[in-house]
Amino acid sequence: MTQPAEVRIKGIRQGLLIGLGAGEWTERLALLEKRLAQSAGFFQGGRAVLDVGDRLLTATEIEQARDLLALHEVALWGVLSSRDETTLAAARMGLVVHLDMVEPSEQKREVTEPETDFPPLVVERTLRSGQKVHHPGHVVVIGDVHAGAEVVAGGHIIVWGKVRGVVHAGAMGDSGATVCALDLSPTQLRIAGYIARSPEEKRRRPVPETARVRNGRIEAIPWRDK
Amino acid sequence: MPARAVTITSGKGGVGKTTVTANLGTALAAQGQRVVIIDADIGLRNLDVMMGLENRIVYDLVDVVEGRCRLRQALVRDKRLPELYLLPAAQTRDKTAVNPEQMVQVCDELREGADFLLIDSPAGIEQGFRVAVAPADEVLIVTNPEVAAVRDADRVIGLLEAEEKGPLHLILNRVKPEMVRRGDMLETNAVLELLAIQLIGVVPEDEAVLAAANTGRPVALSDNSMAGRAFHNIAHRLRGEEVPFLPLREPGLLGRLRRLVRPEGE
Repeated sequence: MTQPAEVRIKGIRQGLLIGLGAGEWTERLALLEKRLAQSAGFFQGGRAVLDVGDRLLTATEIEQARDLLALHEVALWGVLSSRDETTLAAARMGLVVHLDMVEPSEQKREVTEPETDFPPLVVERTLRSGQKVHHPGHVVVIGDVHAGAEVVAGGHIIVWGKVRGVVHAGAMGDSGATVCALDLSPTQLRIAGYIARSPEEKRRRPVPETARVRNGRIEAIPWRDK
Repeated sequence: MPARAVTITSGKGGVGKTTVTANLGTALAAQGQRVVIIDADIGLRNLDVMMGLENRIVYDLVDVVEGRCRLRQALVRDKRLPELYLLPAAQTRDKTAVNPEQMVQVCDELREGADFLLIDSPAGIEQGFRVAVAPADEVLIVTNPEVAAVRDADRVIGLLEAEEKGPLHLILNRVKPEMVRRGDMLETNAVLELLAIQLIGVVPEDEAVLAAANTGRPVALSDNSMAGRAFHNIAHRLRGEEVPFLPLREPGLLGRLRRLVRPEGE
C-alpha cells in the first residue's frame, strides 16, 4: 500500500518525523505542502525533523522547507541526512542533525500498525459542540461525542458512548486505523483520506460498531457479527 | 444569606433569555424574594422594555462601572413589586464597556441586600457572554426545541463546563405541544438526551407571553396563563422546592378516558 515516493509524517517522541522520500526537491516540497494542507492544522504547534536521505541540500533549500513548515505552524527542528554536506548546512543553521533514538533508516520500515509512538489519549468526559480533540496517537473517549464536536487521531478512535460529531482516525494517513463506538452515527467519519457519512434514516436500536477501510471504502461492521 | 447570582444564557439569540429573566424575576419577587435583575446585554438592552421600566432609567450599569453614579442610584424599582429591582444596561455603548472583573464586583456589592441576582446574558459566546457568566453561582441555559438552538446550547454548556461553572440547568422554552405530538418538534426527552443536563423548566409557547412583552407586564404577574404558571414553577424550583412538571400535552382522547376511569391519573 505504500507508494514508492510518499511523504511520510510520523509521530516520534521528540515531535514529528517527516520522511520526504526520493525525488526532486521542489516536487517533494510540493507534496509535503499538500500533506500539510490536507491535515488542516493537525500538526499545528508541533516541531518536526526532516529526514532527507542522501540528498545534497544547501542552506537556502533547507530554509525553503523551514518556511513551508512555518506556514503551517510547524517548527523545523532538525534535519537528518546521510550526506555530510547537508548535515553541515543544517548544523550551521542551528538545527539538530542527529537523533539518538531515531535512525534515518527507520522510515523505510513498513508500518502496518497505526503509528503509536505517542501514548494514547484518554478523554474522560463528553465532548460538546465546538470542542475538539486532536492527538497524534490513539484517542479513547469515555463519554459521548456530540454533534459539532471533533475528534482527530493519528491512530484509532474508541468511544465508549455515542458519536454524533466528526471523527477522523488515522489522520496522518494510516488507513488501517479504525473507529469503534457504542453508537456510531457521526456527522462525518474519516479514516486517513476516506470519508463517509451516516445513513440518513435513523436506526431504532443502535449496536456497537467498528468502522474500517475495506476494499477502498469505509465500512461499519456491527460488533455482534464478528 | 447573600444573594445567589443566576445567569440566564443560551448561545443562540431569540430563544427567550430576556423573557425568561423578566418572568423569573417577577415570579421570585412575587414569591417574596428580594430580586435584582441585571441586563448584561449592553448596547441591545430589552429587559427594561419587557418590564415596562424604560422611562424610569436614569443611570445604567456602565455608569456604575465608570463611577458616574453609585450602584444604588442606578437601580430601578419595579412598578408593581417592591422587592424587585432592575439594573439596566447602557444602550449607547457596546459589550467592551464592562469587563468580567467589574461585573463580579458590581454583583458582590448587590449580594448583601438581595436573595437573587438574575443576569440576562447577551447572545453569543464572546466577551458579553463572559461578562454575564463571570459572577454566576448557577447558570440557566435557555433553549427552544429546535436543532440549531440545541446545538448552540450544547456549545455553551461545553464552555461553562470547561470553566467549571455550575450547577447548570436547562429551560426548554416555547414548546408547542401540538407540534410535538405531530412529531414536528423535538420532544423534551430528546433534548435532554442530547444535552445531558438537569431540566429546571419547560415553558409552553403562549401568545400571552408576546402580548405581555409588548405591554411591559410579564406574564408571571398572574398565573392564569400556562407560561406564567411554568415560570412560577421554575422560581419555586430555583428556591429548592420540588414541583412536578406541568403536563404539557393536552390530554388526547385516550388520556381523557383514562382520567375518567382514574380521576387522579397514574
